[in-house]
Amino acid sequence: MNESNTDVIQGTLDMLILKTLSLEPLHGFGIARRVEQISRDVFKVNPGSLLTALQRLERSGWLDSEWRQTENARRAKFYRLTRSGRKQLELETADWTRRASAIARLLRQEG
Amino acid sequence: MSLWRQVTYGFRRLTHRAAADEDAADEVQQYFEEALAAAKARGLSSEDARRAARLESGNMTVVREQVRTYGWESAVRIIASDLHYAARQLRSHLGFSIVSVLTLALGIGASTAIFSAVDPILFEPLPYPHANRILTIWNSWQGARSELSFGTFQELAQRSRSFESMTIFEPWQPAMNGGVQPERLEGQSVSASFFQVLGVAPALGRDFQPSEDVFGGPKVVIVSDRLWRRLFHGNRSVIGHPVKLAGDNFIIIGVTPRGFEDVLSSSTDLWTPAQYDTRQIGKDFTTPAWGNHLRMAGRLRPGVTRAQAIEELDQIARTPRPEFARPRWASLRGGLIVDSLQDDIAHAVKPALIAVLGAVLLVLAIACVNVVNLMLARSEQRRGEFAVRAALGASRVRIIRQLITESLLLAALGGALGLGVALAGVRALVALSPPGLPRVDAIAVDGVAFAFAFGITTIIGVLTGLIPALHVSREEVQPALQQSSRRTAGGHAWTRRALVVTEVALALVLLVGAGLLLRSMRRLLAVNPGFDTAHLLTLQVQTSGHQFDDLASAPGSGESARRRFFRQALEAVHQVPGVEQAAFTSLLPLSDDPSWVSTYGAHFENDDPQGGHNVSRYAVSPGDCQAMGIPVLSGRCIDEHDAATAPQAALLSESLARSQFPGQNPIGKRLHVGPTDRPWYIVVGVVGDVKQTSLAIDAPDAVYLSTEQTWFADDTLSFVVRTRGDAAAFAPAVKNAIWSVDRNQPIVRVATMDALLAVTNAQRTFVLILFEAFGIVALALAAVGIYGVLAGSVVERTREIGVRAALGASRSNILALILRDGMRLTAFGILIGICAALFASRALVTLLYGISYLDAIAWLGVVTLLTVVAGVACWTPAWRAARVDPSITLRAE
Repeated sequence: MNESNTDVIQGTLDMLILKTLSLEPLHGFGIARRVEQISRDVFKVNPGSLLTALQRLERSGWLDSEWRQTENARRAKFYRLTRSGRKQLELETADWTRRASAIARLLRQEG
Repeated sequence: MSLWRQVTYGFRRLTHRAAADEDAADEVQQYFEEALAAAKARGLSSEDARRAARLESGNMTVVREQVRTYGWESAVRIIASDLHYAARQLRSHLGFSIVSVLTLALGIGASTAIFSAVDPILFEPLPYPHANRILTIWNSWQGARSELSFGTFQELAQRSRSFESMTIFEPWQPAMNGGVQPERLEGQSVSASFFQVLGVAPALGRDFQPSEDVFGGPKVVIVSDRLWRRLFHGNRSVIGHPVKLAGDNFIIIGVTPRGFEDVLSSSTDLWTPAQYDTRQIGKDFTTPAWGNHLRMAGRLRPGVTRAQAIEELDQIARTPRPEFARPRWASLRGGLIVDSLQDDIAHAVKPALIAVLGAVLLVLAIACVNVVNLMLARSEQRRGEFAVRAALGASRVRIIRQLITESLLLAALGGALGLGVALAGVRALVALSPPGLPRVDAIAVDGVAFAFAFGITTIIGVLTGLIPALHVSREEVQPALQQSSRRTAGGHAWTRRALVVTEVALALVLLVGAGLLLRSMRRLLAVNPGFDTAHLLTLQVQTSGHQFDDLASAPGSGESARRRFFRQALEAVHQVPGVEQAAFTSLLPLSDDPSWVSTYGAHFENDDPQGGHNVSRYAVSPGDCQAMGIPVLSGRCIDEHDAATAPQAALLSESLARSQFPGQNPIGKRLHVGPTDRPWYIVVGVVGDVKQTSLAIDAPDAVYLSTEQTWFADDTLSFVVRTRGDAAAFAPAVKNAIWSVDRNQPIVRVATMDALLAVTNAQRTFVLILFEAFGIVALALAAVGIYGVLAGSVVERTREIGVRAALGASRSNILALILRDGMRLTAFGILIGICAALFASRALVTLLYGISYLDAIAWLGVVTLLTVVAGVACWTPAWRAARVDPSITLRAE
């Protein structure tokens, strides 16, 4: 029912959200756009998956949220990284890097 | 931290549901607005921007639903809505719900209550270490258990090798003065090893020592925790202190553990060493050590089986040894009866308990069948509903979950009510329980039994409840939708009919039992006890104190003091206004007076020297026949002339007179009762037979003597007082009259004769009440079953009935059609039930009195009752069918 039409690699959406929010607090669409922009449109973010992921991360204590004005004077729910969220990001980054470099090594060898 | 957030966020969303939903909707809305704004910012026209935004972000409603249903609280919300819907369903089908819940409650409650009551007696191990090693040993008399003598005990204890320890015990009921009123305590006089046999040690103080169980040994008692708390307020320093019992100082040496149960005699509060005099045991058979009034128990050595012990005791019984002389009444020629303690305490009540247990299992079976039947009927009605729900897109899982929720809700309601029924039932059972039911204090609602009954009904209910969901998947939705309006016979008609037949059959089995018991009770109550039980108050008085001891200087002084006290007390009772007649007797009919104490050998002058009769000895005051209402058949009753110095008078019971002197006049014949070295008793009258033990047991031969002329003065006598009006109301005045002579004499059993009569019938009454209650429940459930099936079938056949009516079938034709249908099911059920009852009612034989288990009246009565009730249950649906208006029915389709 969910996740199927996202191009984000399975299991990396949480890390991407945390990374995006580590720079500044953003609302849902802001996060989606930032991920797409930075990945140069490699990753498409499905709003259903994104919004439920935000709920999940908030309940895990890694994000806090509050409603406030956007720069164009609309009300939006902004998400902010908490201290334990920052720690989680470090963990996930380290873990990802370790795995990615392992895969890269494997691919080099095969090639 | 995160778990905390999970819980609090979830709760916040549950409790502020509207706000949470709005928050989610706002966020999604805002997301789509931002997306639109971004598309516009790329320079698209508003129409193109909207299309681009939708392409990128998808359907807003779907996203909103996705966000809204995130989290555990959403599952809670679904369950809550299922429950809500289920509750609404049950409310809107109130008849179905009430019948189901009541069925479950009765089935679960009744079976839990009965099992709880039976379990501690029949199944639960007794509360002693290695309780299965404790055996009871009885003398046997005419194949039945009977008490044995100390001499026998001594021989068995010295010769057998199978037992670790053995003990005897007998009732000891000492009077205790010093309280507000003199009272009698329930005690046992026992061997020193009594508590070792049970495997229990006193919680406070110490156990008996063998040196204390010798003739003339120290007077010591162990008291029960219960008595210790009541009399001594749980004071631990009571050990070593004296307590005055029966005029003597006894030293308290121990207190039993709290919760200690003496299953051998549950009301016992005191134990003291028996201290038999064994010096003359091999030579003199007239000492108390050779009286057959002891019960005996032993604890097997580890590793010795019951069979080995029985074998060994049998061997000892069969081979007398010269060093262990045995009198005629302790010859052990009939062998010994050895049983496990558990079987022994249960043996008297076991047939009754097994019968009741069987009855309640039948009720549980009927309840299960009824639940299946109801659920099937319901699923027939709801096929249309579930087809509609499936057509509207409800998933199969959702429908199954809904059905399970409904079934579980019913089960929970039924279970809760059932627990209530079980609690009330256990209390009622304890209140109703016949005296002599062992281990009544250990009866409590049994969790396992409740779980079993609840589990089995729930599982059956849930499984049957799932049937409509299976239909939804197995069949195409389309035909199911059509069927809901087509009203043809349903697919489960056959199953439901079989179930109704089963219900009728089970109900018949129960009702036959109830009918047989009812008929026996009628027979029993019609039995003439031999005296007039109405307006008769009885009080047992036990003399106590050293004023009744013989002085060394004046032999017989104690006895005459005793006689004087009773004479004066009777005089005082006569003075009570409203007392019409009063007398006393040593043995009160229909009471729990132990008959062995009053059984003596009688020897008529014309008997051969070796012969003799066992007779009940009644020592009575003048006027006993009149006060009791025992008819004098010839001669006269005991009266004032039969004083100590007058010729010794005796009355014979009718059956004794007839068997001893057939065709002759017994008046003037001479006999000895008890010791043969005294003057002859001369028969002065013949009185009617009296039922001594209970109405069901034929009276033994009896001899009546004057208390003034017996060879010993009884220390305990029962006053019988015939009153004007309600006998119970006279109790205080009569008690005070007796106490006006001597305040220190305990009056130990005050009861009207009607109450005593009820007690002797208590076990039968108990079983009868339960069977009647279960029979009524079974009958009601069977009637509901028949009604349900017929009502369902009438609804299903409305069209067919309409066609029949249109083709010219009269109302009575249609009425007969449906009635015949219902009565055919009943007839099948009755037929099967009769076959089953032929086997089942055989188990009741020991509980019946005066009728055979094939008693025609009981069987015919039950079949008629069941047929009539079934007929009534059939009538309403049949009547409804006959009222079907063909024009409306046919047009409706």
